[in-house]
Amino acid sequence: MSRMGTLFRREFRGYFATPVAYVFIVIFLFLTGLFTFYVGGFYERGQADLEPFFRYHPWLYMLLIPAISMRLWSEERKSGTLELLMTLPVSLFEAVLGKFLAAWAFTAIALVLTFPIWITANYLGNPDNTVIAAGYLGSLLMAGGFLAIGACISALTKNQVIAFVVSFVICFAFNLSGFPLVLDFFRGWAPQAIVDVIGSFSFLTHFTSIQKGVIDLRDLIYFTTLIAFWLYANMLAIDAKKSS
Amino acid sequence: MDNLIEVSELRKSFGPLVAVDGVSLQIKRGEVLGFLGPNGAGKSTTMKMITGFIAPTGGSVRICGHDVASDPIAAKSRIGYLPEGAPAYGEMSVAGFLEFIADIRSLAGETRTRRIREVVEKIHLEQVLPQTIETLSKGFKRRVGLAQAILHDPEVLILDEPTDGLDPNQKHEVRTLIGEMAPHKAIIVSTHILEEVDALCTRTAIIARGRLLFTGTPAELEARSRYHNAVTLTVARVQAEAVAAGLGALPAVADVEAADVDAARRRLTVIPREGQPILELVQQTGRTSGWALEELYVESGHLDEVFRTITTTAGPAGEVTRT
Repeated sequence: MSRMGTLFRREFRGYFATPVAYVFIVIFLFLTGLFTFYVGGFYERGQADLEPFFRYHPWLYMLLIPAISMRLWSEERKSGTLELLMTLPVSLFEAVLGKFLAAWAFTAIALVLTFPIWITANYLGNPDNTVIAAGYLGSLLMAGGFLAIGACISALTKNQVIAFVVSFVICFAFNLSGFPLVLDFFRGWAPQAIVDVIGSFSFLTHFTSIQKGVIDLRDLIYFTTLIAFWLYANMLAIDAKKSS
Repeated sequence: MDNLIEVSELRKSFGPLVAVDGVSLQIKRGEVLGFLGPNGAGKSTTMKMITGFIAPTGGSVRICGHDVASDPIAAKSRIGYLPEGAPAYGEMSVAGFLEFIADIRSLAGETRTRRIREVVEKIHLEQVLPQTIETLSKGFKRRVGLAQAILHDPEVLILDEPTDGLDPNQKHEVRTLIGEMAPHKAIIVSTHILEEVDALCTRTAIIARGRLLFTGTPAELEARSRYHNAVTLTVARVQAEAVAAGLGALPAVADVEAADVDAARRRLTVIPREGQPILELVQQTGRTSGWALEELYVESGHLDEVFRTITTTAGPAGEVTRT
């Protein structure tokens, strides 16, 4: 596990060695502010909560997380460092988890830096801070889900642009699958059970319930199994693509 | 433990393409194996399997007794590997990169500091330590790759074209370095520079189309040359024809090749039958015939010629039946 820690630190520092980290954080903060105050109507609603802040996270992540995850493995493959990494005494599991956790920790930092919005809400009114904490937890879990998808896709290609676009589309699908637009399309002909399954795959469905302050075990299990599934697929992808 | 590296019946196929076909090698401590072969012969693929990067389709690799497939961590921690092209994390500084490698190789405390210092000194990286790797010249990048490979003082060293892209001075340095480490390690060096084999290796293995076609000492390899024990000499142009005819008529001589040195002189290479030594015979014949023979020397053999013969003539018939 100390080797995983070493990988984690290298990867995490790597974000700050290039402008990637700063660009990402600035744009993330700018967009969350924009959506919360202008699109979400933070002031106009007259309610002291962060619902308009969290509401847009799935859509922001859909765009921004693939930008973080696209380089995770495709860069290693392109530059040949994958061969270096995989011939060091680390297991594939440690490598996959270490890199994923570093990326996740990085998004956590971006998320923490949104704290001025939380301070604003507390300054203006008396929001339920446990609901806000739940919102942050849900947002972090969702970011992890998107990242795990992106990491796996990134392992499949040497091309970062392809990694970005494909991850974006898959993240989009995971968001959309809970939308009435999609569900209604299936509702017409598919049995209710299938509609429920499709709906239950949505990030939106699970995120919305956590964000309301209801931390349901099922939602937590959903996100953790989703992350585990995509990271496992990530390992398989690296194994399969190593030699090419 | 006798063999630090034990490769048996290694096979790798990519779909219908057989990249490595039944390669077996045993390498002891103190041996430097020169791994030769044309581009695309399966050298790199074999090395990737030995170091556990890719899984073989068949066969096995044991490093210091640890099976690479079933006990990869133990095997990998005993290997130092310089992959082809010396990949490294470009955004890291040289110092940061070496510290990362030290940490992941579980070097700690005093050993960690000492090993980094020793390797940096040995490979002359002092001046580039704070620089990021992507800003380094090709020679320095290669040296960083080498530093990374020997940092944990591994028993087994696998170097894929360690001198590729280096200038003659750097090549010499790297060879000296490998030579210094050789007595304590088992080393595989892949190359397509034949002079390197003579300069560096105790043994050579030639691979072509995935098959091991020759293993033996560099001297044995040279002995396969038709130029092995040939005598080369310089003679005045006016005498050249007579000398060539006279030497060519000797029963021990197979052939005489001639080339111009300058306007007044020609160089003759006298090739013996079956590699027998003919220096004395040539000298004696020269004396009795009253020829003025200059610059006589015995050839040990032309490696590039042997290399070409071995890698281009062997086994197309076998190839056909296999697919």
